[in-house]
Amino acid sequence: MSRRSAIGLLTIATLALVWYLTTMPLEWISPGRFPSPLDVWDALRQVSTTGYANGVLYQHIVHSVSLVVLGFLVAAGTGVPLGLLMGASARAEALINPIFLLIRPIPPLAWIPLAILWLGLGDAAKIMVIWFAAFVPSVINSYTGVRTIEPAVIEAARMLGTPRRRFVREVLVPAAAPMIFTGLRLSLQASWTTLVAAELVGAIYGLGKILNVAQTDIYPGMIFVGMACVAIFGWVTTRLLAELETRSLTWIPLAEARP
Amino acid sequence: MNPVQSHVLTRAEILGYGALGLIAFLGLWSFLSLSGVVPHQFLPAPHEVAARFVALTSNPFAGATLQQHLASSALRFAYGFLLGAAIGIPLGLLMGWFRVLDEIVTPLFDALRFVAPIAWVPFAALWFGTGIGGPILIIFAGAFPPCLINAYRGARFVSRPLIEAAQMLGTGNLRIIVEVLLPASTASIVAGLRVSAGLGWQSLIGAELIVASTGVGFMMVQAQLDISTTTVMSAMIAIGLVGVVIDVALRALEAAVRRRGLA
Repeated sequence: MSRRSAIGLLTIATLALVWYLTTMPLEWISPGRFPSPLDVWDALRQVSTTGYANGVLYQHIVHSVSLVVLGFLVAAGTGVPLGLLMGASARAEALINPIFLLIRPIPPLAWIPLAILWLGLGDAAKIMVIWFAAFVPSVINSYTGVRTIEPAVIEAARMLGTPRRRFVREVLVPAAAPMIFTGLRLSLQASWTTLVAAELVGAIYGLGKILNVAQTDIYPGMIFVGMACVAIFGWVTTRLLAELETRSLTWIPLAEARP
Repeated sequence: MNPVQSHVLTRAEILGYGALGLIAFLGLWSFLSLSGVVPHQFLPAPHEVAARFVALTSNPFAGATLQQHLASSALRFAYGFLLGAAIGIPLGLLMGWFRVLDEIVTPLFDALRFVAPIAWVPFAALWFGTGIGGPILIIFAGAFPPCLINAYRGARFVSRPLIEAAQMLGTGNLRIIVEVLLPASTASIVAGLRVSAGLGWQSLIGAELIVASTGVGFMMVQAQLDISTTTVMSAMIAIGLVGVVIDVALRALEAAVRRRGLA
């Protein structure tokens, strides 16, 4: 084991010990402020078996993760092509950029009330908000990806008379791919933040709903469980995306692919 | 000019296309609203939103005028953002210099990084009630990570010869951090501040949607409950404008830093 991971483990272990000591035997921190490890365990058992906030943990997780994935896919599916188009066509860029500049300063979370007004508290409103949130980083980075392609590559392809469709598929997209993935990573992060916020504001199921009910019930153990789930599944989806990135960018050494 | 775009536009053409895009956008919006394709209550026309925006600056909504709501949001933002910078930047620099500190803090930081800032809302409410501490904690959760990361990266990528020169001259740890690492990583730090400000401002709006009794976010929730779409949209515009002002201010700082040759 490296020195780095040894110290890392030691830190986490020390922190866990301090957590246990201050909340349980010493009682320095009142259980109404921060849960003890036992409270967290009880909350976890309760939500996984008998359920909490309209469902068991498994249902909440499936619900939130599928909304994030769905919203992310819609945003990436529309944002990346639009970014590529704006990068490749001066006309499209001139036409769309001002509208984009007008809408972009509005933070994604500020769309939540409007989404609720339009679509209510159901899944459609969540997907709309995630779409708005995750769309922008996908567009910007795909656009930057195209605009920063090595001119020599493009000139070579043009000189060889590459037809347009092949040019897009075999030159434009692969060359912009590292930046596209940077955008996707930011989009995924934005998807999680917005989903949690939207579910906190109003939802029927989901990890944000657990947090929302636990907040009203003043149930610190359950708040902890909800936060931990958000972190764990945020991490899992980010890892999956990184895995996809390394598998699709096989021609780029790892160090270069991650600026 | 990048050769991907085979067609080069003149300045007039860029402006023309831009105007065309905006007119199409506002035209479609007005058409959808005024023709009744979308219920008028849910999609008011652009000019109605503009009128409402102006009205909100003199008629109070949800207990205060638009400026007053904005002012209380901006004050919270300033506290949380400054706190994030005041802790994040020094900690980042220290982590960049002392390896042990880096090895201790990084695993904790990585574990907390995936908690969306907004997920701190329940604990913020539990610890601070509806007082000012809650929103500050949320803004801090949004603004702190980019400050720390950029100061750390800046400090890590300071050129070795510079540090070795300082060390050879017998410069102490504190002076190396303040007089070598800090100036050398200023550009990275200021870039981090811009990201921080964006995330902090957005997290604050989210927090105000959930727990607050003043602020633009609170105003939006009240407007949503009243089904007053014009007010919701006016608040969105105001939020966007403040975001732009914050970003312009930090860009100016960035430019000033570059001019003074600190970068």
